[in-house]
Parts: sequence; C-alpha cells; structure tokens
Amino acid sequence: MTVGVSIDDRGRPRIRTQSGHMRRRVVNAVVLGLTGLLTLLALVPLFWIIGYVVYRGGQYINLDFFLHMPTPLGVAGGGVLHAIQGTIILTVLSAIFAMPPGVLAGVFASRNPQHPLAIAVRFSTDVLSGVPSIVVGLFGYALVVKQQGHFSALAGGIALAILMLPIIIRTTEEMVNLVPKTLREGSLALGASEWKTTVSVVLPAAANGLITGFLLGLARASGETAPLLFTALGNERLDAWRMVSSGLAAGQNPIAVIIRLIEQPVDSLPLTLFKYSQQPYPERIDQAWAVALVLMILVLFVNIVSRLWVEYRSAKLQG
Amino acid sequence: MTETTLGGLAAGGRSSSEGDASTLLTPAEIVRERTLANDRPIITPEPAKVEVKGLSVFYGSFRALAQVDLTVPEKRITAIIGPSGCGKSTLLRSLNRMNDLTPTARIEGTVLLDDEDIYGPQADVVDIRRRVGMVFQRPNPFPKSIYDNVAYGPRLYGIRRRSELDDMVEFSLKQAALWDDVKDKLHQSGMALSGGQQQRMCIARALAVEPEVVLMDEPASALDPVATMRIEDLMQDLKQAYTIVIVTHNMQQAARVSDFTGMMMMRDDRAGELIEFDETEKIFTRPKDQRTEDYVTGRFG
Repeated sequence: MTVGVSIDDRGRPRIRTQSGHMRRRVVNAVVLGLTGLLTLLALVPLFWIIGYVVYRGGQYINLDFFLHMPTPLGVAGGGVLHAIQGTIILTVLSAIFAMPPGVLAGVFASRNPQHPLAIAVRFSTDVLSGVPSIVVGLFGYALVVKQQGHFSALAGGIALAILMLPIIIRTTEEMVNLVPKTLREGSLALGASEWKTTVSVVLPAAANGLITGFLLGLARASGETAPLLFTALGNERLDAWRMVSSGLAAGQNPIAVIIRLIEQPVDSLPLTLFKYSQQPYPERIDQAWAVALVLMILVLFVNIVSRLWVEYRSAKLQG
Repeated sequence: MTETTLGGLAAGGRSSSEGDASTLLTPAEIVRERTLANDRPIITPEPAKVEVKGLSVFYGSFRALAQVDLTVPEKRITAIIGPSGCGKSTLLRSLNRMNDLTPTARIEGTVLLDDEDIYGPQADVVDIRRRVGMVFQRPNPFPKSIYDNVAYGPRLYGIRRRSELDDMVEFSLKQAALWDDVKDKLHQSGMALSGGQQQRMCIARALAVEPEVVLMDEPASALDPVATMRIEDLMQDLKQAYTIVIVTHNMQQAARVSDFTGMMMMRDDRAGELIEFDETEKIFTRPKDQRTEDYVTGRFG
C-alpha cells in the first residue's frame, strides 16, 4: 500500500500510511544522531580550551599566586596580586561610569521609542558595539591619557565603560520593554509619576534581566586587553591594597586616597597574560598560563554567584 | 465587614443558598430574584458622583467614543456592558485620565467629579488618580511584599511613619477581605498569592489611598468562579463607602452586582456610544432600546 488518501466506507477521506511509519522512524533516528554528533563537536573546542588551560596553568597555581606581588625574574615564587587588584579596580570603575548613563538611556529609549533621541541612542549603540576595542582604547588615550599626561586606572575604566555601554543600554531597553504594561499602569493609576513608577516598580520587575545584562557587560570588559594597552598600561609595582590601607592608617582622607589610587597606572589579568606570554623566559610563559586560569576562574565565579543570586531573588518573589 | 459566603453568588445578595445554580440563570432571572429579595437600589435621585457630558475620545484620527453622557450615582455600583471593542474600557479609563498615557489620545467633552472638570485647566492629575482608583483586568501585583504593595500608595503621598503605614495596610486589607489570609505573611512577596488573592490585594492597594470612586475593568475575568464570587461579594461591601464603576463582559455579573447599568454599542463608524442607561433591573427586564434587548437576551452575535 502506498501513501495517499482513500475514501472509507462512510465516505470520509482517510490518510493511508506505510505500515509502521518506517521511513519516518529512520529519518528521525538519523537527524537525532546528527544533531547529537554536531553538539558534541561544538563542545570539543570548549572543553579542549578549558582542559588545556587547567593542565598548563594548574601546575603553577597555588595560594601564593593569588596573594603575592610579582617577584623579579629568577626569584622563585611571586604571584599576580597586582593584576587581580587591577582587574577589580578597572571593573568597578567601568561599572560606575557605564551603569547610570546606560540604564537611564535604556529606560528613556524604552519609554519614548519614537523620540528622535531614542532613535539616535539605538543607532549609536549599534555603531558603538561594532567599534573595535582597540579603537576605543585609542579614544581613551586621546581623551584622558593625553590630557592628564600619564596612564591611569581612570583612563582604563573609562575605555572599558565605553565598551560596556551599548550592552547595558540594549539590555535595559529590552528588559524594560518586557515589563507588563499593566504593572506600570497600576502604579500610575495610584497617582505615581512616571519617574517614581520606573524606579520603584518597573526597574525592580526587570531586575533579573538587568543583572544578567550587567554581567555580560562586566564579563566583556574584564576580559579586554586591547583598550587597556593605551590607557591603564600596566603596573607591576602597585599594591593597591597596601596603598589604600596605609593611606587610611596614616589618617588620610579616604576620597583623596581613592583618587590617588585611580590616578595610577594599573595592571589587569588579560594585560598581564598578554605581556607575560610575549617574554622569552619559560617561567613567565608558565605564569601566563596560570594567569589565564585565574581569569577563567574569576569570570566563572562571578557568573555562578550572580546566577545563584538571581535564582534566590526570583524564588523569594514567587514565594 | 460581612463574611463572604458561597451562597452570595446567587443574586449578589446574601439571602440565597442556591450556589452554583445561579450561573445557569439568565440576567433577567437574576435581577427578578434580586427584586424579590428586596435587594434593589434605593430609588433615585442619588447625588451624582461623576458626570460625563458629551465625551468623545479619539486615538489619532480614529474616534473610539462618541458623545457619551453618563451620570454615575454616589455609593452605588454602576456596570458598563456591551460587546467587545465598543469602548467600555476607553470610557472607564477616561474617568481617571488613564487615557493621558496613550500619546495619541485626545478627548472632547467634560467629565465632572463632584462638579469639577477633571480635564479642566485647574485639574491635578495626581489628585484625580488618588480620588479615582482603578483595578485592572489581570491582577498586577508589584514585585514587592504584600505590605509594600498596599503601602505603595500611602508612601507616594508622603506617609512615612511606620505605625501610620501599619494602620493603613491593615485597614485596607480588611476592607478587601484579605487580612485574615495574609496577616501572618505580610512581608512575603505579593506575587506568591493565588490569582484571587492577588486581585484582592490590588483592590486593597487601590483603597489604601482613600479613593472616592473605584473603577474596575473586568476585575474577575482572569479568576475562577469562587474567586469571582468573593470579588463580587466584596463589591457589595465596598459600595457602602465607595462609588464603583465596573466594566464587564459578563451580563450575569452585571445583573448580580450592579445597581445601574449602561449599555454600550459600536456605531457603523466603529465609535462606541452609550445607547441606554438605567436601573439594572430595567435594563435586563424591560429595556427601551431594541438593541439592548437583543444583547441582554443573547440574540446579539
């Protein structure tokens, strides 16, 4: 019997199929097998990279590597404390610079989608997210380094903030768009202003999505090397923690201490990785692998903590 | 606060005990039963709380509402019924200026709240929305605790002292017949409540700013029958203190709860108009307009 339609004895059309749907089963099995195979193939580079970094970096990693400043070549021990501190400083600075304007621009674009300014924001975020990061670094150099006459964490933070900005604006706009209209209306119907409604109802309702967007931005920024070459430069001798704590112990104004700190050039993990990997000394190459591992662990750690936090938060909201 | 009973479903009153059987009654039978149970509005004239005069609403060039005249009596429940798309919600939303939020919306005519034009140059939209509260079709709890949901309005108006907020929250939740359900978990998320409880929390939230009028836009259409019945009972309690306007698709519901009913229809140019307004009992038993009769008896498509 072939596939087709025949009329049964009560005059209704009936679909005739081959017995056991053989062909369909075979096609199904083949496609399923193929998708599985290709999924595995896509996972290969991922695990290869992670595995190799863990293998190469793991041998040189220990607690001292996290807690100590670098030692001169030939002196055993030493770590990358300076780069971990620098990465944290740069990330915090870029978050401070990028989040307020990014969130406000995203809210504005979402609330006034047809406004010329909103269209301009949308267009420029598209352009900005396509700008190569090294160009952003050059921009930071011209804007801050050239004016101040020296490299600094401040310049690095600004360059990274520019890279984060489009991600934050876009995520905020999309997440605010997803908040049900009735939620906003509920607040407005009580006499709340647009502004109050946005701050106390819309943004909390969009919080989970916003946090995810911020972290994507932070992850991008903390992994960048190129823009820092022109701005933060790198600094193997700066122990930020010691500088701040000794400054505070000496009774200096905390704000002055912070300002002095961000005026210094700082290192970051990707920058250290880049510089170490170019040196002709085997121990620096080994340390570069270890730095790669530290960077990976750091990003993974931030990811896991934030996911747990988001889950905890939504579980609390759902009761 | 009267307790809610399952029997209350029957005729909007508390006398009947037929329970679910009432859902099989026609709107006309429901209002006749209410008349027998003496649950009829005290005969007019009641003071007018809201007066709508020659109201037209436009969205861009589209006319959504044409020349509506409507008098909403104080401390009564006024139902607006009519087929989908006839402008019921547009009318309701123009009573607390929620249409302002639609950028292309424009109105003609006047809406008087206690004889003051809410669209007049002196009108303060914040004050109007405080005095005319709104409950929406789907419960819209804010992503906050039950307490913070209800305290949201009072806080907007500058109430900060904890004891005062506590009083407002407790009073409003009691009025919304939700206090006993939630008094031990005020600081849990409002989103964790059931649909019916969420809607009563939203009613409490609206009551917490001491409105004079409460607009309800199909407040029970997303709820199951038991939750619907509790909301309907609640409305009977609330009309002692508030003027209520409810938009509903459900004619049985209008027949059960309301004292006055307005019938809306779409004209050929798709603008909505109010074709008849009268005591609920008259609308459902001897309407003047043939179209109303066709609609309430189910002959209208």
